Amino acid sequence: MAEPALSLRAITKSFGPVEVLRSVDFDAYAGQVTALVGDNGAGKSTLIKCIGGTYTIDSGQFFFEGREAHVHSPRQASELGIEIVYQDLALCDNLDIVQNMFLGRESHTGPVLDEIAMEKAAAGALASLHVRTVKSVRQRVSSLSGGQRQTVAIAKSVLWQSKVVILDEPTAALGVAQTAQVLELVRRLADQGIAVVLISHNMNDVLQVADRIAVLYLGQMAAIVDRKEVDQQQLVELITTGRTGTTGLPASSATAGV
Amino acid sequence: MTTSSVTPESSPAGPDPDAPPAHGDLAAVAATAPIEGGIGDYFRTYVQRVRSGDMGSLPAVAGLIVLVIVFWILHPTFGSLANFSDLLKQASPTIFIAMGLVFVLLLGEIDLAAGTAAGVCAALMARLSVGYGWPWPAAIGAALVAGLVIGLFTGWLCAKVRIPSFVVTLALFLAFQGVELFFVLNGKGAHGNISITDNVITDLYNGQMEPWLGWLLLVIAVVGYALVKLQQVTSRSRAGLIAEPVSLVVLKVIALAVLLAVAVYLLNRNRGGTGGTQLINQGGKLVMVRPPALQGVPWVVLMIGFFFTIWTFVLTRTRYGRHVYAVGGNTEAARRAGIRTDRIRISVFVISSFMAAIGGVLIASNTHSVDANTGGGNTLLLAVGAAVIGGTSLFGGRGRPADAIIGGLVVAVIANGMADLVQGNNRDSIQYIVTGAVLLLAAAVDALSRRRAGAAGLG
Repeated sequence: MAEPALSLRAITKSFGPVEVLRSVDFDAYAGQVTALVGDNGAGKSTLIKCIGGTYTIDSGQFFFEGREAHVHSPRQASELGIEIVYQDLALCDNLDIVQNMFLGRESHTGPVLDEIAMEKAAAGALASLHVRTVKSVRQRVSSLSGGQRQTVAIAKSVLWQSKVVILDEPTAALGVAQTAQVLELVRRLADQGIAVVLISHNMNDVLQVADRIAVLYLGQMAAIVDRKEVDQQQLVELITTGRTGTTGLPASSATAGV
Repeated sequence: MTTSSVTPESSPAGPDPDAPPAHGDLAAVAATAPIEGGIGDYFRTYVQRVRSGDMGSLPAVAGLIVLVIVFWILHPTFGSLANFSDLLKQASPTIFIAMGLVFVLLLGEIDLAAGTAAGVCAALMARLSVGYGWPWPAAIGAALVAGLVIGLFTGWLCAKVRIPSFVVTLALFLAFQGVELFFVLNGKGAHGNISITDNVITDLYNGQMEPWLGWLLLVIAVVGYALVKLQQVTSRSRAGLIAEPVSLVVLKVIALAVLLAVAVYLLNRNRGGTGGTQLINQGGKLVMVRPPALQGVPWVVLMIGFFFTIWTFVLTRTRYGRHVYAVGGNTEAARRAGIRTDRIRISVFVISSFMAAIGGVLIASNTHSVDANTGGGNTLLLAVGAAVIGGTSLFGGRGRPADAIIGGLVVAVIANGMADLVQGNNRDSIQYIVTGAVLLLAAAVDALSRRRAGAAGLG
């Protein structure tokens, strides 16, 4: 397999005496959807916050496109090309779609905003994802449905040509039809050659869209498996006990953290 | 001035925004663009927006028209030429303070000290002008600088020390009354009530321009508006984007031209009484003279127009303005997008206090004097009321400089109309009650439309 777009080696992170991540390895490949699953408290959020630069890792190595990188702030992460689409979306309701997609990175000529360039680019990004549900890019975000909001947030990463896009529970608050739409979008995102990391509690979503599945268990990477190698039951077992059959953490280590 | 200081890092992170991704072709744009159409479609979209709770200034404009009609019927002199010009002048200090408050309200903050800050700046100007003989540009400049400093201090306390603005400005509201009293009672010159003798300062509020200048400014305003609009439409349609229909633009330009022309025409007519001759004592001799005609557009109208244009440009066309709306809409989202939210927060208080300083100068100019009560009383409440009545949300994220003007006029019409209408003992009490009720009504409209917009957003 080609070189991973993002590669973490032996990452540890503690908050005081609590060791939240213990020597975690993680890879995300361009053009693939890598699902990151795990029970509550397994360390998923901490891991993506380390990738996104919100937290600084205690030890371990962080490789981006083969080169070691040191990420200490969200700005540095986004400069590398890492975009995190948060669960609570981080959109401004009072602004329209274009304004949200360019927030903080507005095109401008002199002091004046270049609305035309921004509108065209935003519409282009949405079109490249085959988004047809949005009536106008000048709609306020407050008038959009949950799925449409998710779409805008995801399209933002296309617009900014991100290399790695991390989606935090993108379908958590969505209905059936909208979930299907967003998952389709996740697939297209990967098809564009982006390394997509999908965090989800919904096993159906994960099994439907992921190429590889990384399972965190109590701060350790229990297994990174190919989608084809597991079924739902094995996956649930991995999440809840850290092992299934011969895959996963050794029995002693799996219970060490309990 | 604040624009440059708050713009985040010179070059935006990530790829060059001027060379956006390549997948934007026109077919793609059409796929996500609304159905294009003429005025009819625009009107329908507008009605839809209003129905979903985004009413903007509509209630205020409707209210203004109703109030004017009612007062005019009840009290015909309300509609006199002199009263028309008085109305504009009376509204001006409120409009200035409110225009600054719009920025603070856009962030969901409040500046309760804007009124007394206006008083401090006015007192400083009067003390320097009268007591120390400073020329008017220096005295007014000192007042404006004082406004900037006050704003910086307030903003710093709110954004850096992180005290809620309500508490900061409540404390400063009290403290500034003391500072103002200090200026009024100390230093060279008269104490207690400082009479302003500088004619330029007193003419700011009371003066009017030559009639021809009014017409010239009208032409500049209308042509400028038309050019900006046409440039927008042509460049958008050239880029293949949906543009406003030209017919609608023409209609808007004509509407603006007619409205301004009527106003300038009325203001340029002599409103100085009957225009008959009178006897005056000139060098010991009694001579018959015609009183000088009182006509022309008040200077305050030009000042309001100037700042309205500047702030509207800043809010709608610059990155700074976009960031103000973003921080007001969702501070966390703005912060994650790399916007320096602290700087934005400080800057709005600076703008607020700066505009309040101008309001203070105008209040002093109106009364030809400054005392310990200048800028106190209900000055601030009327300004907050004006912004909210005009359509600026108390919850942040929604508001325009135009709201301050419309709301300021509503407040002035109520005060002016009620003062004429109700005489005797209960005059003030009724005026307070009515203004309070209108403010409450405006805040209720704000809260309800917000709820409605929320419901529409979910649908």
